[in-house]
Amino acid sequence: MQPGISKKRRAYILLMRILMWLSVALTAGLVLFLVTYVMAKGLPEISWNLLTTKPSYLSGNIGILPDILNTVYIIIAALIFVIPLGAGAAVYLNEYARNKKLVAVIEYAAETLSGIPSIIYGLVGMLFFCSFLDMQTSLLAGALTLVIMNLPTVLRTTQESLKTVPQSYREGAFGLGAGKWRVIRTVVLPGCVDGIITGCILSVGRILGESAALLFTAGFAHAVHGFFEGLNSAGATLTVALYVYAKEQGEFGVAFAIAAILMVLTLLIQLAAMLVGRYFKKRRDL
Amino acid sequence: MCLPMKKRQSKIDPVTGGSDIRPPVLWDSLMKKQAFENFIYGVFLLLGLITVGCVLLITVYLIISGIPAIREIGLFKFLFGKTWASTAKTPQFGILPFILTSIYGTAGAIALGVPIGFLTAVYLAKAAPPKVKAVVSAAVSVLAGIPSVVYGLVGMLVLVPGIRSIFHVPDGASLLAAIVVLAVMILPSIVNVSITALEAVPQEYEDASLALGATPTETYFRVSVPAARSGIAAAVVLGVGRAIGEAMAVMMVSGNVANMPSLFQSVRFLTTAVASEMSYSSGLQRQALFSIALVLYLFILLINAALNFFLKRSKEA
Repeated sequence: MQPGISKKRRAYILLMRILMWLSVALTAGLVLFLVTYVMAKGLPEISWNLLTTKPSYLSGNIGILPDILNTVYIIIAALIFVIPLGAGAAVYLNEYARNKKLVAVIEYAAETLSGIPSIIYGLVGMLFFCSFLDMQTSLLAGALTLVIMNLPTVLRTTQESLKTVPQSYREGAFGLGAGKWRVIRTVVLPGCVDGIITGCILSVGRILGESAALLFTAGFAHAVHGFFEGLNSAGATLTVALYVYAKEQGEFGVAFAIAAILMVLTLLIQLAAMLVGRYFKKRRDL
Repeated sequence: MCLPMKKRQSKIDPVTGGSDIRPPVLWDSLMKKQAFENFIYGVFLLLGLITVGCVLLITVYLIISGIPAIREIGLFKFLFGKTWASTAKTPQFGILPFILTSIYGTAGAIALGVPIGFLTAVYLAKAAPPKVKAVVSAAVSVLAGIPSVVYGLVGMLVLVPGIRSIFHVPDGASLLAAIVVLAVMILPSIVNVSITALEAVPQEYEDASLALGATPTETYFRVSVPAARSGIAAAVVLGVGRAIGEAMAVMMVSGNVANMPSLFQSVRFLTTAVASEMSYSSGLQRQALFSIALVLYLFILLINAALNFFLKRSKEA
């Protein structure tokens, strides 16, 4: 430190530095603790039997195969809907919309959607999909609720990457006599694949961790079904199963096993998002 | 270039430029193409309007299903009633305990989480060596990705017993446990948004401060932070929104009894009030739950408006 700095200033600087270091240490320590604690408690509980059987009250067996399948189904179903909707909305905003007020309204709506808590999505999903559209409590109703929830995510990531498609590409295509739709199909959409993929990865992460929105829309059942049959019947995803096992049944071993699985998947998704981002950035810089 | 502008199209014919001579084949194929383009435009317009439709759907459904119970119970009695006894013989539906618990819980989480998140953000954005920054940023995004039920589970098994033994209270499932869990959960939003705001501060400001003899640490806190204050305010508001809307983690650690809020007592939040009774509710009780959701939604709309205000101001700055 330079000479000629008063004691008061020195004290202030030292204090602020210590506080910053403490905060960073606390944050990093917290993550380290959470990950190791959940892994240490959960990994030993994972067994082949747990992963490949379904629960039965008769034999007292606990298995999470149905919950794994339900999670996969709900992710696939939600992505099938959310990709065209979110990407389409982004294309409209970036390529078609000329009315600035309308754009502002749509963007405000997307921001509002991303701020709404999941319990409210669950409630409206229950009222609209389960009761009004008569889907009952089913994975499909849950998936559609999640579609609304993840719409802003896919919209935003696609929009970001649309903005990086050079304007000259579009002009070149128009100049060659292509129509608007042809330009979008052959020039614009291929240019924003990275945004759509990033949006998908983020959505998968969010769906994987979602529970409050699914409690009343997708239900708690633990039956093994095929894909289409599964969509029409109620079923718990991994997170909902974790909640039920921990809170209602006191089966903390299973709960930690699921938590460990979720933690591993979360880390993998995090990694995937990072790698995809890096890959596309490299490709773009070339 | 933009085909869907119907007005212009009707005035000036795209092929003939207004003259009467029409080459028949080209004309037909062009009109077909035009109709097709208009159709595609319509599809994308519809897709664009879906987000607006969803917001309207949610708002309309919450209002329609939330109003009846409020009318039956009375707005004042509903919002400021101190007892919630939905399954009693003469049921009482006062949600003041939930409202206050949500407010206190959020305030507590902010008081605990914001200083830590803010200082972490300043360090990461300004002072950290690149490697430390990369590692801690990755750690923070892991924190953001952990499902809320996992927070709830760890809270149930670590925090709740911990509070019971440290403070010698009969049950650790309390407002305090919920506050700690919420503080951890809002940390990533606060850190990330603050970092973005701090990194947007023009380098010249900091250079000027350093040139005037301020040390780096003084520069961060006396120049960079004030310059980024709108963005940091947005981070705090975002944290408020996250905290007030969290349901599952809070449900698992707060004990879930409809008491007036007190730090070491079992409490119920607006979110958990909806979640905990929905599965077995019926009649007026069920409608009252929708009304609670409506109240929560109004809070969220207010918070969103505040968030937008701060974000806009930080963009202008």
